[in-house]
Amino acid sequence: MKRVDHAEASSRFISAKDHVAFHDRRLWDLRGKRDREAASIPEWEELRSFASAIKEHTLANLADYLEQFERNAIANGAHVHWARDAAEHNQVVLGILDAHAVHTLVKSKSMLTDECEMSAFLARRGIEVVETDLGERIQQLDEEPPSHIVVPAVHKLRADVARVFARTLGTDPDRTDVAYLAESQRRQTRPYYLKAEAGMTGANFAVAETGSVVVCTNEGNADLSVHVPRLHIASIGIEKVIPRIEHLAVFVRLLSRSALGSPITQMTSHFRAPRAGAEMHIVLVDNGRSERLGMADFWRSLKCIRCGACLNTCPVYRRSGGLSYGATYSGPIGVIIDPTFNLRKYSALPFASTLNGSCTHVCPVKIDIHEQIFRWRQVINERNQLPIVKKEAMRMAGKVLASPRLYRTAVKAAQAGLEYLPRTMIYNPVNAWGRQREVPPAAKQTFRDWYLEHRAGKKGTKA
Amino acid sequence: MNARRPVAAPSDGGAARRAEILARVRANQPTAGPSPPLPVYDRALQVPLDTFAANLERMGGELVAVPDEGDLEDWIRRRYPQARVVCSATPDVAGTRSIASVSAPCDLADVDVGVVRAALGVAETGSVLLTERHLGINALGFLAQHLVVLLDPSSIVPDLHHAYRDPCFRDARYTLLLTGPSATADIEGVLVRGAQGVRSLTIIARAPRRSA
Repeated sequence: MKRVDHAEASSRFISAKDHVAFHDRRLWDLRGKRDREAASIPEWEELRSFASAIKEHTLANLADYLEQFERNAIANGAHVHWARDAAEHNQVVLGILDAHAVHTLVKSKSMLTDECEMSAFLARRGIEVVETDLGERIQQLDEEPPSHIVVPAVHKLRADVARVFARTLGTDPDRTDVAYLAESQRRQTRPYYLKAEAGMTGANFAVAETGSVVVCTNEGNADLSVHVPRLHIASIGIEKVIPRIEHLAVFVRLLSRSALGSPITQMTSHFRAPRAGAEMHIVLVDNGRSERLGMADFWRSLKCIRCGACLNTCPVYRRSGGLSYGATYSGPIGVIIDPTFNLRKYSALPFASTLNGSCTHVCPVKIDIHEQIFRWRQVINERNQLPIVKKEAMRMAGKVLASPRLYRTAVKAAQAGLEYLPRTMIYNPVNAWGRQREVPPAAKQTFRDWYLEHRAGKKGTKA
Repeated sequence: MNARRPVAAPSDGGAARRAEILARVRANQPTAGPSPPLPVYDRALQVPLDTFAANLERMGGELVAVPDEGDLEDWIRRRYPQARVVCSATPDVAGTRSIASVSAPCDLADVDVGVVRAALGVAETGSVLLTERHLGINALGFLAQHLVVLLDPSSIVPDLHHAYRDPCFRDARYTLLLTGPSATADIEGVLVRGAQGVRSLTIIARAPRRSA
């Protein structure tokens, strides 16, 4: 499988200047709103600690909680299915749809079904799958995967959406006002809720003690997908289980505040049992999660509640766009999850980070994201998955940084080099730091020289 | 469109798959501490209704004052002069269509205004709690163009920790925390109300009529 070249892919995104500037601003705005919400809750940090502890406890006892969830869901009248991987998940879903003669499936947002590439699979078998979330629908109609786990079309500007809708929904190509575009999608989607034989959701949480499936949305599309058709299928990653109803208070208080900077999503829907005359099917999906659970350095990534806060705060994500990661999960959380699916394919992703730690700082469930990113770099090096240029550069850097004498010589040489070398020596394909930007001017004096001149050996200073 | 191919029934090998996943999970489970007991954040709210109203407004909903003796039917008619179908699931309001007369969710597609009564309100978020018992037919809360929710001001709890103690979460088939109308900001972050579900949410603070 071909390695995803994040730097190359992001260069395409960066070349559209208006898009990058907007993308950066929009996501940083979400980060700012998240900060204001967090600051308004005195017990915010305590809630993060609880959320982390509840998730770690659950993952340490996951098999028991999964069995408890299954037992209660069945007692509630739901059907529970298990799938070891993406292919099995898709087969199970197709089996349910075929048994009910379903031709049209309306679905709300689900990262898991994206992970399983379910829609394409079902479409090939003659089932019409309609994404109902506005952002997901834009991406579906444009035949592009979502670029962000919460705001799927955040990399597009309104003119892009107008073009997609004009081509696919027949809207006026010259009208780019957002209300018109959203209203057009509302009107186009509504008949599908009425005619679809089945609706599908993912799950934000699955509560073991009641067998409830909890879905958080703002548009109401998940509820329309469940409450109008007679058949509801919920696809759930096995890590979504939490023990008790009271734990929902902790997670719901954190989720939308971290994601969008709003106190709660417009709808927080708890599906415990099918309504009279309807059927509810739950598909519990492993697809690599049980294996990840056994990875000492990486199992904590399973605590993720998919809020996207780490994407919004990440300087690399904001300036490279989610599509450049070439994976279902992008941004810092993607960087630590994706290599567990395919180490070679995603071996460049852990390098799409400055290791600034901001992701860890905003994570509502306290995943040690930047430390896992660093650890993945070591794993990738150990398994010989580094490209040759990076490997050689790092080998040289390692030698230089290990020797104070070599380091001083190198700094002096670099200073002189930046001043006197022809541009082609600095801005060339081998020097990644010279791409897409001007290297800043070197300081006239190194810190060491300054220190020796001003401080070293002087009275009253520490050596 | 491709021809539909027959597939194995989903139950085939289901028990083996389940056993394999659970065994792998058990083998790989890390160790971690017990689940911590959760505290109760008891904050004294001077006027819970004011906090509720302020947070509801942030989320795009509106709390309106209708005098206790005021006629709700009349108020709804004046508020939604264009409305032809007012479907009510609460005895407080008759409307033009009773939810009891509706047989299928699809039949609610033409509803202009839905009227329901909530179980409780949450001050922290401005949410109201609804179940299938309050909605009559769940789709009423989403297919209607506008939703009016009656809320007993004495039922407002301070935060979500209190709300999640409500027995609805254990005995209702469906429980909804509804906070404002349906909304989206998926295009350039521009807020649009009335994304897929109700275009507006209006809460009327009013105690239920005494049945005696």
